[in-house]
Amino acid sequence: MSHGNTDQDRFKILLMGAVDNELNADERKEFERLLADNPAFKKEYQEYVKLKEATKNMKFKNPPAELWDSYWLNVYNRIERGLGWILLSIGCIILLTFAGYHFFRVIVFEANLPLIIKISIFSVIAGLAVLLVSIVRERIFIYKSDPYKEIKR
Amino acid sequence: MDTVESTIKPGIPAGAFAIENDRQAIISCQQGNKQAFGFLVKKYMQRAYYTALGLVGSHENAVDLSQDAFIRAFRAIKKFDAEKNFFTWYYRILRNLCFNFLRDRARHARSFSEVGEITINSMPDESQNTAVMVERNELQQKVWDALAKLKKHDREIIILKDIQDFSYKEIAEILDCPIGTVMSRLYNARKALKAKLERFYA
Repeated sequence: MSHGNTDQDRFKILLMGAVDNELNADERKEFERLLADNPAFKKEYQEYVKLKEATKNMKFKNPPAELWDSYWLNVYNRIERGLGWILLSIGCIILLTFAGYHFFRVIVFEANLPLIIKISIFSVIAGLAVLLVSIVRERIFIYKSDPYKEIKR
Repeated sequence: MDTVESTIKPGIPAGAFAIENDRQAIISCQQGNKQAFGFLVKKYMQRAYYTALGLVGSHENAVDLSQDAFIRAFRAIKKFDAEKNFFTWYYRILRNLCFNFLRDRARHARSFSEVGEITINSMPDESQNTAVMVERNELQQKVWDALAKLKKHDREIIILKDIQDFSYKEIAEILDCPIGTVMSRLYNARKALKAKLERFYA
């Protein structure tokens, strides 16, 4: 590697530290020596200082003060609701499985029920399941592809 | 063993107001005290919001994503080592959520600048006249637009350094990489930003 490339690589490393004021005394001296030896480095350094000033002075607009007052409460409520949904879901899954199992047993093993009725009941259940899955899938697709979902209606 | 409960004054419930530092709050959360998490949320909510705002560019999404990240942090807090830096860990959750959000948005052909609100706010400076301030606002607007067009990782590191004002050491900890990598990533990001602001440098 040539001396010029070595200086260039070293300069790049020290440049950010100099712009951000994170160089130690030795690094600062080394950086100043590189600047003194190469006018192109000095120009580049000045450009990055200018850029740093522009980005550093950029501040985000403050949100409404009420946001901070209600922020923790919102997080707390969402944590609690999340727990509620988990418990509700677990309970529903257990109950539905239990009910489904018994319903299935009654239909399959009920000797007095005509076959046509049994087939009809299965048909209704299967139809509802297909419709439910289809609607849920469509809703998810619309939600994901809706370009206006972030706009408040 | 020194537990949080033993450091809380008698008669005062183990709520957020009785907690004095992150470590106490984390241990208390791990012991099942939901209120203790409020200490951490209140301490870091502004930093979290502004970080998310810088990454995703809109107020509503920044609020939503920063709160989501707190909820996920709460759910996983039992696995967290109380001796470590909470915000660094939280930040990793937040950036994953923000990057996933940006990825989903990009999939639907919506760029950062399309959705991103112009949220910059120049600090008032009485020593400068109106023309200078207008010029400065225009410049800041251009910088923001250019920043919005950068790759998300480039934008992230500039926000961490120049807007959030983290040190190299803190950024290295947050991004889980050596300080040298932080410097080279910052150099590449600023180089890309400078290229987008060519007229500014002409």
